[in-house]
Amino acid sequence: MGIEGVGARVARKEDKRFITGGGRYVEDMVVPGMKHAVFVRSPHAHAEIKKIDVRQAQAMPGVVGVLTGKELKADGIGNLICGWMIHSKDGTPMKMGAWSPLAVEKVRYVGDAVVIVIADTKGQARDAAEAVEITYKELKAVVEATKALEKGAPQVHAEAENNLIFDWELGDGKATDAAIKSAAHITRMKIVNNRLVPNAMEPRAALGHYDKAEDHYTCWTTSQNPHVARLVLSAFYNVAPENKLRVIAPDVGGGFGSKIYIYPEEIVCLWASKKTGVPVKWVADRTESFLADAHGRDHVSTVEMAFDKDNRITGLKVDTIANLGAYMSLFSSCVPTYLYATLLSGQYDIPAIHANVRTVYTNTAPVDAYRGAGRPEATYVLERLMEAAARELGVSPAELRRKNFITSFPHQTPVIMNYDAGDYAASLDAAMKAADYAGFTKRRQDAAKQGKLRGIGMSCYIEACGLAPSAAVGSLGAGVGLWESAEVRVNAVGTIEVLTGSHSHGQGHETTFAQLVNQRFGVPIDSVSIVHGDTDKVQMGMGTYGSRSGAVGMSAVAKALDKVEAKAKKIAAHLMEADEGDIVIENGEVKVAGTDRSLPWVQVALAAYTAHNLPAGMEPGLKETAFYDPSNFTFPAGCYICEVEIDPETGLTEIIQFVAADDFGNIINPMIVEGQVHGGIAQGVGQALLEGVHYDASGQLLTASYMDYTMPRADDLPSFNVSTSNTPCPGNPLGVKGCGEAGAIGSPPAVINAITDALGVVDIAMPASPSTVWSTIQAKKH
Amino acid sequence: MYSVNYHRAASVSDAAKLLKSGDAKLLSGGMTLIPAMKTRLAAPSDLVDVSRLKELQGVKVSGKTVTIGAATTHYDVSTDENLKKACPALAHMASLIGDPAVRYKGTIGGSIANNDPAADYPAALLALGATIITNKREIGADKFFKGLFETALKEGEIITAVTFTPPAKAAYQKFRNPASRYAIVGVFVVKGKDGVRAAVTGAGADGVFRSKEIEAALAKNFDVSALDGLKVSAKGLMSDIHASADYRANLIAVMAKRAVAAAIA
Amino acid sequence: MSDVSLTVNGRRVSGNAEDRTLLVHFLREHLGLTGTHVGCDTSQCGACLVHVDGRAVKSCTMLAVQASGSTIVTIEGLANGADLHPVQAAFKEHHGLQCGFCTPGMIMAATDMIARHPEGLDEATVRAELDGNICRCTGYHNIVKAILAASQAMAKGAKGKARQAA
Repeated sequence: MGIEGVGARVARKEDKRFITGGGRYVEDMVVPGMKHAVFVRSPHAHAEIKKIDVRQAQAMPGVVGVLTGKELKADGIGNLICGWMIHSKDGTPMKMGAWSPLAVEKVRYVGDAVVIVIADTKGQARDAAEAVEITYKELKAVVEATKALEKGAPQVHAEAENNLIFDWELGDGKATDAAIKSAAHITRMKIVNNRLVPNAMEPRAALGHYDKAEDHYTCWTTSQNPHVARLVLSAFYNVAPENKLRVIAPDVGGGFGSKIYIYPEEIVCLWASKKTGVPVKWVADRTESFLADAHGRDHVSTVEMAFDKDNRITGLKVDTIANLGAYMSLFSSCVPTYLYATLLSGQYDIPAIHANVRTVYTNTAPVDAYRGAGRPEATYVLERLMEAAARELGVSPAELRRKNFITSFPHQTPVIMNYDAGDYAASLDAAMKAADYAGFTKRRQDAAKQGKLRGIGMSCYIEACGLAPSAAVGSLGAGVGLWESAEVRVNAVGTIEVLTGSHSHGQGHETTFAQLVNQRFGVPIDSVSIVHGDTDKVQMGMGTYGSRSGAVGMSAVAKALDKVEAKAKKIAAHLMEADEGDIVIENGEVKVAGTDRSLPWVQVALAAYTAHNLPAGMEPGLKETAFYDPSNFTFPAGCYICEVEIDPETGLTEIIQFVAADDFGNIINPMIVEGQVHGGIAQGVGQALLEGVHYDASGQLLTASYMDYTMPRADDLPSFNVSTSNTPCPGNPLGVKGCGEAGAIGSPPAVINAITDALGVVDIAMPASPSTVWSTIQAKKH
Repeated sequence: MYSVNYHRAASVSDAAKLLKSGDAKLLSGGMTLIPAMKTRLAAPSDLVDVSRLKELQGVKVSGKTVTIGAATTHYDVSTDENLKKACPALAHMASLIGDPAVRYKGTIGGSIANNDPAADYPAALLALGATIITNKREIGADKFFKGLFETALKEGEIITAVTFTPPAKAAYQKFRNPASRYAIVGVFVVKGKDGVRAAVTGAGADGVFRSKEIEAALAKNFDVSALDGLKVSAKGLMSDIHASADYRANLIAVMAKRAVAAAIA
Repeated sequence: MSDVSLTVNGRRVSGNAEDRTLLVHFLREHLGLTGTHVGCDTSQCGACLVHVDGRAVKSCTMLAVQASGSTIVTIEGLANGADLHPVQAAFKEHHGLQCGFCTPGMIMAATDMIARHPEGLDEATVRAELDGNICRCTGYHNIVKAILAASQAMAKGAKGKARQAA
């Protein structure tokens, strides 16, 4: 490893602009003639739209346009779709209700967009939005998934009877039932995974610009995957054909899943730009983000785990109800199915697993992937069960896990996944050592002397990421392939541009992708530019989510680099009259191995473009493209340990230490990997201790700002103790697994296991806020 | 935010005149008023900015009296060296309000005029038995705070200062709402020349209040042990998604004990 | 409408804006200083922090006209030419940022915090004083590390300068 190569702790190239105020986010974009949009949103969770009167609003100062769903439909704009088809166990396809970008007949959640108002200033647009008169007929609303399934519950969509979208299963029900029947011990739980709001710090925004002279649209949007946005806007929403639509996702201020999807606002801004003849910009305020960003999680599961007399797991049965909200968001259907049930084997050798998942419409914001997406829910089910089982069986939680670990690879689970590599015991040992697990009893006694309750909890997670083989996901219902593309352009002076379909919104691709190039050719990373986020520059890509930019995106770059390297070697061999097989590239020099003959990298690049002396028949230039489609998912795994101290008088939980021991395979930049783990843990601890969405029974969102939704602050968290081990991933050329989601996946059960340990209770609801912890202590007393 | 006309007052009497136009409101630090205007929950026609008036600023400790100008920021109160000696509990309380950026702007006058049921100053002034001085009169804290967001202030009346006698012992303890960081429960206890006073913020359904139970217990013996076994009634306490009335009742007792411990430390 | 006159990053600027214009919008839209961000509606996230007359305040909770006459430093004015401010340098060195959206506010808060604590900072103080700044990416770990490092570097720098002067 060189000082800027793979594995080096290189400071980020992109930081310069962010620390000096030079970042360029969608809200910063200005187009001549640009106007500002405000959406009129439903104040009701469920209502019929009887009448919309926009006349008064249209007459307000500065107003350019007030547009409704009827006009949008009349122009042929399509409904939003879910791009992953799931079939129920009876073979019927999922029941997708219509989602119009602007509601026409009915509103289905508080925040449903109904009218767009465009004016010279945002203030004027908001003034006019208040003057739009909408007559609603209120209907009864349902917010909880379990209640939505009850007979007589309010019907959210006519298409989905009893609000059931699909009733799906995975695994072997008979074998699992048999295992439970013959079990020596069964642990049973009801497990609730609380609903969260992703809360990227940059609110979503869209700027739609229709150029009449060119008959061409440009959309600046806060997207994790601008190419998918263009594809969907073209193929499904009829906004414009792909060749007439450019989508740009510039600097994006965090995503965490919530910026994967194509939302109504970008569709409407593009359409409204053509309709009104002005560029239209919309920027969400924070409350709007709470109301109308896709939420995450929201599962209720009934679970049973069977053990034999030696405490080996013999079966796992899971029955889950997942709340998908008022509409099916773009990837909503795959989250509680193929990103969830396929991970229910965890790190354990479980012979029989059966999962049944029912997804449900309710009068709440749509639910889709949020950091981890399905895998945190699976890990929470398993790791809460393992903890409860260990306590019931009277054995050490660590040893129960260790006894059941998968130890040989590849390992085929009963739920599709084929694990390629891992060493789970290594992570467990590393975490226990780092946490001084053995010294906990003493620490607990010391805390008790101070009147405090100490607890310790662990979680051994696995995830499938690097999403992933196109043929595999296609067979499971995905509407798109999940490969990635890359183009490597060597300039005549030897500097390099890498164009990638991955999108960085905090992950540091401008640095790590450049490190890959440095490793290969010895070109300083300052001479390597990473180009992303613009459909006019990068031909095609699938974007960044599911921890896929390393395993899939960088592998595509590696493939393109292979091609560039091969051609450069041919040119160098020709120039130095050597055998191609003897050429090596090291530290910016192209050398003939075993001799003192060499050429600077720059000279080989220049030769490719002057083309004065190339091998016969070779095309000039040094630029290569590659598409990479992996053969399998990757399987990062690890062990997290959390130690808490609770003040029984107030219920306040303090995290004394948080240890993460992860196996991410090979690592490109440890500094960036650690940063990803820190952020993930903060979100997982947030879910466990602080964050939770509350709707009241009528469907009003009570947690619609930071006054009521608890975001993790610096003083809620400790510094984290993170380390990694490495079993290289055999499935991609770089041996990397991905690290973006692990923290959010592994941490919630570790925290809750620690709290329940401290309190001596079986379960506690997330978030375990001071009030919840205190109530739990009181309930235990009585 | 709705349209608004901004005026910078040249003096308190100028501010009083400006307040007569339309539905005018005083603007001091703006830490509560401006967010309320941004969400369109407040819609004054005019704003009269008094935050730069020198006559409203500063902490004065002279003899047995502390006087704090209405436009003195939380930061300036929390860092005033004389106040830290005369009444460290109040300086400490001011250091717990909001966050550093809020403390640079928010003022004591603005806080008590707004009388948010979860604000800190109302508890402090009530417990200290402070006097609120306006451009028209002096009002005792017991009469000033009158329920949720309600005070004894009349139309056009401007708070100019707050004054009190530093007590022998005092302390404030707050349990914060994890989201908003306002008080879920804050208890300010004082042992002064008029005996023991204990005021509670964040919990009361009618806003800040004095706790008779705590005061009675501490009157006999100003010590933590006097509060052992103290049961605070949940009646009349707020209940919301963050805390039930029972939980708040518990926290009142716990914060009171911790405040007494801090006061006698 | 009112006239707004400010000294921003050492330059005298003036403009005419609706009285309801927030300082953050005046900086972003009238002056093109888009480094200052808006991340919430409730004055809690701190992405909008700028220094007004030497104090770090929330520019989303102040009217532009209210600030008229003041001296303002934004993230764009913090570096000394090509030389990064020590806090900026520490954020880069210690990976104290990911998506960069909260970063300007964090850095403006950190410089203010360090100035308020000439005695030096410890981890607990830094965490407590970041109460008004929300980050969703970093888990604060490296932000805290960067602020502590910058505080130490600046204390050393100040001592060095004092020695030079003496």
